[in-house]
Amino acid sequence: MLSSLSPHLPIIQVVLPLIAAPICVIFRRTGVAWLIALVVSWLSFGISIVLLEQVISNGPISYLLGSWPTPWGIEYRVDILSAFVMLIVTSIGAIVMIFAPNSVHMEIPPDRTYLFYTMYLLTFTGLLGITITGDAFNLFVFLEISSLSSYVLISLGAERNALTAALRYLILGTVGATFYIIGVGLMYQMTGTLNITDLAERLPEVASTKTILVAIGFITVGIGLKLGLFPLHVWLPNAYAYAPSVVTVFLAATATKVAVYMMLRVYFSIFGTKMFSALPIDELLLILGLIAILSMSAVAIYQSNAKRLLAYSSVAQVGYMVIGISMVTTTGLTATILHLFNHAMIKCALFLVLAAVFYRIKSVKIEDMAGLGKAMPYTMAAFIVAGFSLLGVPLTVGFISKWYLILGALEKGWWPVAGLIVVSSLLAVIYFWKIIEIAYFKPRPEGAAEISEVPLNMLLPIWVMVGSNVYFGMNTDLTVSAAMSAAKSLIGGAP
Amino acid sequence: MQLPVEIPGLLNYWIVIVLMMVGFFVVISHGNLVKKIVGLNVFQVSVFVLYITMSKIDGGAAPILDDAIKNYSNPLPHVLILTAIVVGVATTALGLALIVRIRDAYGTIEDDEITNQERDDA
Amino acid sequence: MPENTIIWSIAIPLLGSIGILLTGKIANLRETITLITAVTTFLVVGSLTPTVLDGARPSITLFEFLPGLKITFTVEPLGMLFGLIGSGLWIVNSIYSIGYMRGNNENNQTRFYFFFAIAIASVLGIAFAGNMLTLFISYEILTLCTFPLVTHSGKPEAVKSGRTYLGILLGTSVGLQLLAIVWTWHATGTLDFRAGGILDGKVSGAAVSILLFLYMYGIGKAALMPVHRWLPAAMVAPTPVSALLHAVAVVKAGVFTVVKVIVYIFGFEFLSESLTTNWLVYVAGFTILAASIVALRQDNLKRRLAYSTISQLSYVIMATAILAPLSVMGAVIHIAAHAVGKITLFFAAGSIYTATHKTEVSQLNGIGRKMPWTMGAFAIASLSMIGVPPTAGFLSKWYMLMGALSVEHYFAIGVMIISTLLNTGYFIPIIFNAFFKESDHKDGHDDNHGEAPLPIVIALTATATGTVLLFFFAGIPLELANQVIGK
Repeated sequence: MLSSLSPHLPIIQVVLPLIAAPICVIFRRTGVAWLIALVVSWLSFGISIVLLEQVISNGPISYLLGSWPTPWGIEYRVDILSAFVMLIVTSIGAIVMIFAPNSVHMEIPPDRTYLFYTMYLLTFTGLLGITITGDAFNLFVFLEISSLSSYVLISLGAERNALTAALRYLILGTVGATFYIIGVGLMYQMTGTLNITDLAERLPEVASTKTILVAIGFITVGIGLKLGLFPLHVWLPNAYAYAPSVVTVFLAATATKVAVYMMLRVYFSIFGTKMFSALPIDELLLILGLIAILSMSAVAIYQSNAKRLLAYSSVAQVGYMVIGISMVTTTGLTATILHLFNHAMIKCALFLVLAAVFYRIKSVKIEDMAGLGKAMPYTMAAFIVAGFSLLGVPLTVGFISKWYLILGALEKGWWPVAGLIVVSSLLAVIYFWKIIEIAYFKPRPEGAAEISEVPLNMLLPIWVMVGSNVYFGMNTDLTVSAAMSAAKSLIGGAP
Repeated sequence: MQLPVEIPGLLNYWIVIVLMMVGFFVVISHGNLVKKIVGLNVFQVSVFVLYITMSKIDGGAAPILDDAIKNYSNPLPHVLILTAIVVGVATTALGLALIVRIRDAYGTIEDDEITNQERDDA
Repeated sequence: MPENTIIWSIAIPLLGSIGILLTGKIANLRETITLITAVTTFLVVGSLTPTVLDGARPSITLFEFLPGLKITFTVEPLGMLFGLIGSGLWIVNSIYSIGYMRGNNENNQTRFYFFFAIAIASVLGIAFAGNMLTLFISYEILTLCTFPLVTHSGKPEAVKSGRTYLGILLGTSVGLQLLAIVWTWHATGTLDFRAGGILDGKVSGAAVSILLFLYMYGIGKAALMPVHRWLPAAMVAPTPVSALLHAVAVVKAGVFTVVKVIVYIFGFEFLSESLTTNWLVYVAGFTILAASIVALRQDNLKRRLAYSTISQLSYVIMATAILAPLSVMGAVIHIAAHAVGKITLFFAAGSIYTATHKTEVSQLNGIGRKMPWTMGAFAIASLSMIGVPPTAGFLSKWYMLMGALSVEHYFAIGVMIISTLLNTGYFIPIIFNAFFKESDHKDGHDDNHGEAPLPIVIALTATATGTVLLFFFAGIPLELANQVIGK
């Protein structure tokens, strides 16, 4: 039974959450919906591990939908990069679902919680679909599945600002997605194909035509909007700040990562590195990335809401990934892919802590966090370790990605860039320390309600995430080798 | 007088560009949220036209299997755009639903008034 | 197996820290565990000494961190000496801590002992690091785990000082040192400490100067001006922290790293060929004099000692930067000599505070008669700082001077002579006033006090004795120093 299923794992990976979503609606029961979401997330996590193992030992998997041969049918293609990103998404999903019930039941009205799980499953479907599909238009469809459902997720936030944040994200997100299909349409016009592998083969003939150059421009802006690439990030801080805590955790850890994946896929698997000699995209990305890491870290310092602060930090961190891409070298891409994985773990842990804090004190304003170091010692200790990882302290994952990023900059001889990278990580020290000082050195306000630690099913996911921050910071075998071989295939794979 | 570009042949593309710009302009410039959604729709429709236009070939017939027909227009973009239309409808529906909720919460659907209220909150 | 001993010497303080945490509720048991851990650590570290003196360099690799980059611990003479000092003085300091923390009714004592033990583990990690990456990791851990010690009181001024402390130490290490390390790795493909250095032939020209600059200012713990401000800031910590960490372990970790980098990363010959260390001699010389002059003007005793430390640290840097074998030997011995001397001075400062709650130099008139042991130890240690025989400070200064003479570096010689005068200027008045002036009863402090609690007196007497003993029995440090310069 199992062995007969195994060749179909790529499609099961996408269809499983897709089918599970309406089932949640049928039951209309919070508990059942949660259980379904939990089981599906963990099954997907298992499938991702199996797929990654298969890819590492046997090379890329190609799955033809309905057995229609490419380039006519839709191909699902799992290579090391997509397997790796899928592992990120599903592991975060699996962890978040364990954490979710308490937090969700507190923040979302009980008659709507089953819809939360439905929407979560749809977002999950969309994100997995993006990583797994080998078809440029199919990618758009999944992009919209994940986007539409995430707008709903954000609008579930308790404050009314969540509604406007969701609508603004909807408008910009739709513009971005539309830009993307304009680009895909122009490519189709020139090549007559939508399959990514096929596109890569046919594009070089027409690569220097204006149509293709325009297509690159549209796609870059389109993905840039999804990515929160400076200055297209304006939707992101509010969306993260006002969404329900669990949603913020999930989206911050996965959605932008998948957008980075899209960027890598389009640039390197479709256009190939030659694109950068036709258009100065790499220079553009470098400049935007540098502005992002400096200005957004600086803006983060002045935030009074911890979730917003971390949201700005996320925009800055996307800057690091983009800088890695702009190097167009194996080391640079390794840094990007590593940071994809590492930053997902870092931000997941940090936002989980904030979700736990919100669960107890009903606020994530920094000033309200006074005295939490004593009141919630295990939660706040997790915050410190995860924060160290964000700063890039050795023995945490953050150090690994920073190491490769600086190394990549030095390989290119980009001295100032290396310098600016460290400067921005020092800015991160400032905004992170702001929270620590208040949590540890300020006493709880007089007369504030007694608070205790969060329950174990919240603490455990937090510490699992923190633990993996440290574990993968010391044992870098899996992450570095996967990132490196993915980077190599991206650089050398396309003509 | 000869025009610098051949209008009739590229008319559709000009329409695409005009629609795109109009739609985009409405999204950016209008403060009314419903109008923004309308603009978004116009913007998306321009892309539909782009896809449909490119599928047409000179003298191509409808793609129906028949011995008499030698030249087909490409059916694939039509199919793609069917999907895109569905996505567009869903987006519009969701956007309008959000606007209804926003009106409940803020009592207005004007962007700048909402921004003012949000500033007062903070 | 010496290899396993290395691991144990780092693991024991870590295990001890867990023990401290578990027994936190029972103060006596907790302190017993601290003491046992300290003694065991010292014995384990000490057991490595004969092996190293025999010329062996035991090494152990824990795991591969990044492809080609390993977490490795290797014991070589310099690290051996530093490890011995750190772990040895921890025993004395633990005794002292017990007296001090109880005498002053400090809060959160469990947290204090816990982070202290971790700090010692990371100091040993620095001492035994087999490559620059391992060293850097231990270095950063040391910064982070001493932060709760600096801000121990939790008062606003402690928080503010903590900010300076962390800001400068993290800023320099991440901003400059990490950059230098990645550059070194990029240029050479290795980060191992090797005799003769690894950079020879791999970088040249201005790059050598820039790299040296990045390293020297990246090692903020060495307190080269202008990145010295964290050290006076750290003085808000309880005195045992200032004594062991900010007079011995942390600052010595800084200069130790400086010596390591110059000797094992750059290599002597490479540096003397490329003639890039001259600026370092001048900067270090300036730091020595400037810090001494600032020390003269400080009325707060601990701050005066802190500036004295800054000045003494630059002795080590300057002596190393001269690149004469004898002066490097002097630098190595100075790490040991200054350690025992300065810890005694801080012990004395803490002893005065515990007994009288006095913190200012101007309040100390006549105190010598009421606290003869404390002020006696203070006097001996001061003499060592100045460099008067028979104290350890004479020994190191002698070698440093000889080294400077051998290469005819007159700037360095001049700096040493002037700074000796300045040292005299800021230490001798304290001793004189303490013993020969009448106390003036004006400051409202209760003068009905005697000596500090017994553990404090025992500790400071022991280190003062050590200062003298190190002069007469300098065999092991000298032999280790000899091996560092490759004789």
